[in-house]
Amino acid sequence: MKRFAKLIQQLELSNKTNDKIAALVDYFNYADDKDKVWVIALFTGKKPKRPIKSALLKYWAIDITETPEWLFAESYANVGDLSETIALLLPPAENTSDFQLHKWVEDLHDLEGKDDETKKDFILNAWNKLETQERFIFNKLISGNFRIGVSNKMLVNALAKQSSLDSAQIMHSIMGKWNPYEITFHELINGIHVNTDNSWPYPFCLAYALEQEPEKLGNLSEWQAEWKWDGIRGQIVKRNGELFIWSRGEELVTEQFPELHFMIDVLPDGLVLDGEILAVQDKQVLSFSTLQQRLNRKTINKKQLEDAPIGFFVYDILEYEARDFREEPLSVRRKTLEQLIGGLEESPVMISPVINCSTWEELADLRQTSRSINSEGIMLKKRTSHYHSGRKRGDWWKWKINPYTVDAVMIYAQKGSGRRANFFTDYTFAVRDGENLVTIAKAYSGLTDKEIKEVNSFVNRNAIEKFGPVRTVKPELVFEIAFEGIAESKRHKAGLALRFPRILRWRKDKKADEINTLEDLRQLLQSTL
Amino acid sequence: MALIEFTKRGIYCKQGDFYVDPWWPVDYAVTTHGHSDHVRFGNKYYLCHTLTKPIIKRRISEDLNVETLEYGESINRNGVNISFFPAGHIIGSAQVRLEYKGEICVISGDYKIEDDGITTPFEPVKCHSFVSESTFGLPVYKWQKQEIVFNGIKNWVNDNINQQKTSVLIAYSLGKAQRLIKNLAGDTPIYVHNSIANLNEVIIEAGVNLPNTIRITPETTKDELQKGIVIVPPAMRDSRWIKNLSHPVTGICSGWMQVRAHRRWQSADAGFALSDHADWPGLMEAITATGAEKVYVTHGFTAAFSRFLNDEGIEAAEVLTKFGQEDDEENKVDLAEQNENK
Repeated sequence: MKRFAKLIQQLELSNKTNDKIAALVDYFNYADDKDKVWVIALFTGKKPKRPIKSALLKYWAIDITETPEWLFAESYANVGDLSETIALLLPPAENTSDFQLHKWVEDLHDLEGKDDETKKDFILNAWNKLETQERFIFNKLISGNFRIGVSNKMLVNALAKQSSLDSAQIMHSIMGKWNPYEITFHELINGIHVNTDNSWPYPFCLAYALEQEPEKLGNLSEWQAEWKWDGIRGQIVKRNGELFIWSRGEELVTEQFPELHFMIDVLPDGLVLDGEILAVQDKQVLSFSTLQQRLNRKTINKKQLEDAPIGFFVYDILEYEARDFREEPLSVRRKTLEQLIGGLEESPVMISPVINCSTWEELADLRQTSRSINSEGIMLKKRTSHYHSGRKRGDWWKWKINPYTVDAVMIYAQKGSGRRANFFTDYTFAVRDGENLVTIAKAYSGLTDKEIKEVNSFVNRNAIEKFGPVRTVKPELVFEIAFEGIAESKRHKAGLALRFPRILRWRKDKKADEINTLEDLRQLLQSTL
Repeated sequence: MALIEFTKRGIYCKQGDFYVDPWWPVDYAVTTHGHSDHVRFGNKYYLCHTLTKPIIKRRISEDLNVETLEYGESINRNGVNISFFPAGHIIGSAQVRLEYKGEICVISGDYKIEDDGITTPFEPVKCHSFVSESTFGLPVYKWQKQEIVFNGIKNWVNDNINQQKTSVLIAYSLGKAQRLIKNLAGDTPIYVHNSIANLNEVIIEAGVNLPNTIRITPETTKDELQKGIVIVPPAMRDSRWIKNLSHPVTGICSGWMQVRAHRRWQSADAGFALSDHADWPGLMEAITATGAEKVYVTHGFTAAFSRFLNDEGIEAAEVLTKFGQEDDEENKVDLAEQNENK
């Protein structure tokens, strides 16, 4: 565990990809094989089942440190992470432990089904022999996610460097189905398991945002332009008579979309398609908020099937006749795709159309109409490009339209966590509804440190009421809020919710009576339905 | 009648007619220490510890009228007995003890409990009322012994030197910088920014035993710096000068570095939890030792800390002050110096 704790510390200490990869390589060179399997599992989100609820951890920590619950809450608000708050609150450990990571994972696994007293004894005993950093990791093993800025790609690059195996092959292996309790490190990185598994998907090819003028990309004829759809990126895998649907979150979502199950009879074996899961009616894409009604549901009723019918817009073909097709140029892949899917006309599965334009200006004009068909802009893909693993600069670009914006006034402010605990950094915004103000969004990013300090000083001078960490402030500061979409919402007083709101800029030039109204937003909502 | 009141200009003692660490100009300013949120320009007279005098003269103006006291010494002002006791925060930092007709009040300024090797260590003073900071007034802030932290910094520096990287430590020119110099001095040469070198001169002249450092000049080579330890003030953090060093890596030394969220927010390459403020156990220890019946909490986690004290049976109140805003002020001072040096 000490070695793993050191790895986490090194990963957190650096912002540079090369340093992180070096730390990972170093770890994979020296760590125990069983531990390595668990590190790969944890970093790719294969969490062991929770043997203990986080709430219990919290109460036991409160109990042994004799911390009042409100003070624990204040501390948590400052630290921003439960596992870390507990690790920092506990008194220094009296013992030490040389247990390895996999040993802790296995011991935690064995707690499954035991009574709370046994669990408590185990946890308190563990806390008392771990240093602060180890404790934090131990708590995370039980209750959290390891979000420490290690992408799958970075992990795979480190493994490839350490093992001298091909990175694409390793990516395949770790994305497949495997059980960290059973597999060995050697089996895992050599992909012994994937050859027997029908479901394994390919890593998605991702695009960078286009920040330069599109003309700089050269001749338009070298590029394939498509609409950028706002749904759930997905892969459809058909092998040996079985059909699997993967989401970009590397989750199997086959059961959630019965509309697509017919493909098991239509598609040939040894085929993998990349595309977008969308709400589609009469071949028209519906809004993301319609699609949302269908996401993360265990069961689907008839009404949901009718209200939000699902379709799949195919972008690419990754495996064809059981052969990895990703090295073929896009032009060849597209042609194959057209021959294959072209016949599915009457189904909700269709090829995402190519946009034919002769000049960049023409394309730019068309891009402005994206929203009218619920698209969020244009994708540009080089016709000669391979299908890359992950993000690679140069071959694929997303040329998104600008976000929606609304001018709103700040009415609540809340302090941030960590260093920002001393500053009001989280704001709630409202628009006008007749004589009243009604809240529409909460946002915290998008201001510079200097602006944060300025707003902070305004809040200190203009706080009206205090509810715990929240201050009601005089409605005076106007901000331009950017957002990606708008949906009806019964949970919010305004009756609508903004998608991915963030502060675009501080409108010092505007007064509170110049902000948008709720009616403006309602009209926008109507226009997107 | 209480010995102090909290006014717009700062902490005021009516009986003695003077202020402690005022933030608007007054006739007589008793000064706890030389950080810019505690001592400002424009007062007619200053009273501070002997070691603070050259510091504030250097930082504010040579023309200040300054009276001084040693620790344990006292003077009488309009019947109020004023004396100084070590606060352990930075060189020259003092707790101000006021006594009037048997009533004792201590204004501690900023303080820490641990002996940092260069500052006269904190001494608890019995009193009826006590004014305390609470910069780190949450129980998640518990410092490790400085020896452990300094070993961490030394290892980091050695690793950097071996990997051909340049170690740049970010520290306040006054206080943290001298603490680092004192505790990191050894075989590796220490290079300091002008603003730190200037203060070091003043401090050494005042009789403090500070190890040798090298002032960074345009002639200092990148190669020399790569093999040493570079200490610069916060204003230099994102400067082009640092970016132009040979593979620079920055380390921040601050109590905030205890928490991961803050380490990420600062986006430094390394964070070391090293503070000149008391941690949670330190605050509790100091307050208990004073035996005070009433505690005023001035800056930091004032709400949580005073609520906890009240629950513990120690009467406490939050007070709104302008303390704890030294970051900005320090930046201004250092930026000005930086421009001068261009």
